[in-house]
Amino acid sequence: MTMKWTSGGMKSPLSRARGLGSAKSGSHHWMMQRVTAVSNAVLGLWFVWSVLTLANADYAIVRDWLAAPVNAILMILFVISSYYHAVLGLQVVTEDYVHCEGLKVIKLMGQKLLYTGLGVACVFAVLKVAL
Amino acid sequence: MSAPSGSTSGSSAADKAKRERPLSPHLQIYKPQITSVTSILHRATGVALALGLFVLGWGLIALASGEGSYAVFKDFWGSIFGMILLFGWSFAFFYHFCCGLRHLVMDTGRMMDIKGMYKAAYITYAGALVLTMGTWIVYFACSGY
Ligand code: HEM
Ligand code: HEM
Repeated sequence: MTMKWTSGGMKSPLSRARGLGSAKSGSHHWMMQRVTAVSNAVLGLWFVWSVLTLANADYAIVRDWLAAPVNAILMILFVISSYYHAVLGLQVVTEDYVHCEGLKVIKLMGQKLLYTGLGVACVFAVLKVAL
Repeated sequence: MSAPSGSTSGSSAADKAKRERPLSPHLQIYKPQITSVTSILHRATGVALALGLFVLGWGLIALASGEGSYAVFKDFWGSIFGMILLFGWSFAFFYHFCCGLRHLVMDTGRMMDIKGMYKAAYITYAGALVLTMGTWIVYFACSGY
């Protein structure tokens, strides 16, 4: 199992260094897209339901809701799962549509940095409310 | 994209034959089919949801920042304009959700024949519609409309 998920053994040094595109670290990427798809499915339904019931609520009620440990933990899990899934997904889309190698590298880095930054900010926000 | 060019000289019959050769499945000239439409919608909704994560971030940060910030967030997304956008995102979520489940089923090798593909696509569309409508019916029922 471990062997299947790690990559690098069959690559040229250049492709290992660049680490982009198809058949480079594909199987791990593919598997993680599916793992996060499953967690997104469960957590996403919980999230939609929560938004639905809180949409008209006052500030204090929403804050108390997020401060409850169960909700804080599920929200952090949803943030991690959805941001990770989005970065993986956007990477494939960018690899498919951006053909200029330089722009592609810049864009992939930009996407990852942006989503990592906002994801950390989200987790911090939840902790600030809950702790 | 230009068509593959062969010899430029030749009779008009040869030209005609050349023109009528089947073209490669390029996006602009390829007839949309249920498989391709279902697939591209999964991608489009995935990208839309990825953009929606910025709204999630805005909401969580506003909630942590205080009552004033949260009021701005709530006023914007509670407006008609905001609700129309949220309606779109709810459909994007449920479409991507159903189509994602379809992906996971097909990853196991099931429903890979033509009949199965059609069935899976129709289940995806119906599921997305029912879940989206159900969500908004619950919302409006709870808000006392
Ligand atoms: C809620 C946040 C979600 C976001 C932001 C999101 C975003 C994305 C994006 C951008 C892609 C790439 C699309 C492509 O390559 O064509 C993708 C792919 C995928 N998504 Fe999601 N998604 C979310 C939820 C879900 C859920 C709930 C499921 C499952 C039920 C799911 C299942 C999948 C699968 C299986 C793929 C891979 C499709 C493929 O390999 O072509 N996603 N997602
Ligand atoms: C998946 C569909 C998308 C496509 C086809 C697409 C396409 C492009 C293209 C062609 C560029 C110009 C190339 C460049 O400057 O590097 C660009 C830049 C950019 N895109 Fe996207 N984009 C997509 C989604 C997104 C999303 C969801 C975000 C979310 C933040 C995003 C953020 C950016 C940013 C910040 C730049 C400019 C900075 C950079 O190059 O990283 N893109 N995009």
